[in-house]
Amino acid sequence: MYQYFYELTGSVIISTLITAIFPLVNVLLVALIGVYLERKVSAWMQDRVGPNRTGPFGLFQTIADFLKMLQKEDAVSSEVDKKLYNIAPVLVFAGSFAVYAVIPFSSKLIGSEIEVGLFYALAVSSFVVAGILMAGWSSNNKYSLLGAMRSAAQIVSYEIPTALVVLGMVMLLGTLSLTKISDMQTAYFWNWNIFGGPELSVTKFILIPFMLVGFVIMFISTLAEVNRTPFDIPEAESELVAGYFTEYCGMKWAMFMLSEYGNMFAVSAIVSILFFGGYQSPFGYLGNTLGLHWLIPYEQAFWFIFKGWFFIFVQMWLRWTLPRLRVDQLMTVCWKYLIPYAFVNLIVIGIISLF
Amino acid sequence: MALKTETMVLNMGPQHPSTHGVLRLELELDGELIVNVKPHLGYLHRCFEKHAEAMQYNQVIPYTDRMDYLASMGNNFGYVLAVEKLLGIQVPERVEYIRVIMAELQRIASHCVALGTNGADIGALTPFLYLFRDREYILSIIEETCGARMLYNYMWVGGLSHDIHPNFVRRTKEFTSYFKNTIVELDNLLSYNKIFIERTANIGILPADTAINYGATGPMLRGSGVKFDLRKDDTYSIYNRFDFDIPVGKGLQGSVGDSWDRYYVRVREMEQSLRIIEQAIDQIPEGDVHSAIPKRIKPPKGTVYSRVENPRGELGYFIISDGNTNPFRVKVRAPSFVNLEILGELCKGHLVADVIAILGSIDIVLGEVDR
Repeated sequence: MYQYFYELTGSVIISTLITAIFPLVNVLLVALIGVYLERKVSAWMQDRVGPNRTGPFGLFQTIADFLKMLQKEDAVSSEVDKKLYNIAPVLVFAGSFAVYAVIPFSSKLIGSEIEVGLFYALAVSSFVVAGILMAGWSSNNKYSLLGAMRSAAQIVSYEIPTALVVLGMVMLLGTLSLTKISDMQTAYFWNWNIFGGPELSVTKFILIPFMLVGFVIMFISTLAEVNRTPFDIPEAESELVAGYFTEYCGMKWAMFMLSEYGNMFAVSAIVSILFFGGYQSPFGYLGNTLGLHWLIPYEQAFWFIFKGWFFIFVQMWLRWTLPRLRVDQLMTVCWKYLIPYAFVNLIVIGIISLF
Repeated sequence: MALKTETMVLNMGPQHPSTHGVLRLELELDGELIVNVKPHLGYLHRCFEKHAEAMQYNQVIPYTDRMDYLASMGNNFGYVLAVEKLLGIQVPERVEYIRVIMAELQRIASHCVALGTNGADIGALTPFLYLFRDREYILSIIEETCGARMLYNYMWVGGLSHDIHPNFVRRTKEFTSYFKNTIVELDNLLSYNKIFIERTANIGILPADTAINYGATGPMLRGSGVKFDLRKDDTYSIYNRFDFDIPVGKGLQGSVGDSWDRYYVRVREMEQSLRIIEQAIDQIPEGDVHSAIPKRIKPPKGTVYSRVENPRGELGYFIISDGNTNPFRVKVRAPSFVNLEILGELCKGHLVADVIAILGSIDIVLGEVDR
């Protein structure tokens, strides 16, 4: 992206600034739209109207909320461990924000094009656990502590099936770079990894069922990693009030919220890059047909954002349909079902990738 | 050397999203396992029983509304039946029919809240809102007739405060045909949902003998497989004229008497209430609902115990009259209060998350527990 803006503006400073601010703007935008969409989607599903007072169709509701958060008094209980308490929301937010640096919104629109993007994304997003544990422990509240303990156990466990699926994909594709993975799946949607990848051969058709299984495992475990229903146990409001961020208010609380929605988009992005062609259009580019090559990055950005929000919509859909599991059942799902299947999947994909 | 561990005391409530009001539970936890549960009551105590002694018989009725505020019609019903028994009044047929229809509508509305909140506690928020939407339907039907949506003061000693609204019969019929779809929807969305079953089946098993020993009534008792319903077993008003079944817990998804059974009994009870309403709505005779209301209520000396099947169980009124215009003593046997006593027994050995599921399946109303 730096290159792109450098060619566009010719200024080092401007292009550097844009590249640096880009992930921050993205994560804020995602959170703003995400909160609004969550309210509207839940309203549609529940026969309600949803926000409709602030601006047209209530579009400015989240902005109003955000302003309210900024104005709120930062009430801190006298019993908390001040240092950890203050660091925790920043750490959680930083974890989810840092992932955005490597997410390729299009072939040009990417904060930092590093070779180990996939690895980096997985590593940085697990950073969040430390923040959550800090928040739970420092709050000096039993509900927070229970929530944080559950959350740590859950995120650490569910990283294993995610990593196993990702490992299989890396073995097959031979790269950790998110842009390269996306570029491999170019042209039409049957070249997407979920449909066996771009190579037209027998292995393509053998791969399809394993890719589907991999996708399902990955999607379920990412749901758990971002604490969404049916795995929203750490913040199960009917049991633990609000889980690890019970004691937080104002902007600090908002940072947890921001990171939750930021994470939702981040994991959706990773899933769509690995299995659904990332920023690639499902049926060719208008820019190619018309001969307008500058149009292609914009088209790619459109498709990427579309795919990302589609998976977010599925996450919301699940949230407003399903009840939540209990903490031991959650672990059962992970260790007894997802991990064994992920292992089998890994081995089979490994064998296939040999040919 | 074994590691020395301590249990943790977690204070749940009185301000907690799923204690259904101001119940305070003192949970003793070993990790997330429940070692002991100690409910603390009385945060909503309003001296109903003492209040009643300072008022005339008919003035007590609005206060009965405020006990089980989700089933005010049932509370009215129980109280007026008790006073009528004391006075020896026979109410007109029309009044009997309207009372039964109202009580059954109220039962459906109350079960809507019970099932919805039980689901919402476990994380299913959408069925909760669907049920509240349909409860709204019932409330608006009742509102049209008596002007109130929650605290009705509708049944009076010897009659009713108002006759039914001209739209009442039509709208009730519309509702009964509409609500059948809701029950199907609820079954699909929640009752047979795999996760919901995982969360409630085999959780908080209440054996029949324990239930009887603790004096549990209503869906709590029937969920344990005991076929006991006052509408059939100690019939009052005109319930003996209608044809309906008493659903009991059969342990379809787990064992008999688990949380899922208690939930499921309520779902099936709503169907039976619809059956009663459908039979009764066509038979409402003509007449005056005010004709039997006494000018002055001054019952003879004596005592009376009258009980009705409220949505939560047996609601009993024990009234002592000393021949004055005020009751000498009004004692209420509140079903939620009695049912809540079993909570500690049910929760032992389960996880924190199960306390919520069990408490939701007991379906308490704190207004009634504390009175």
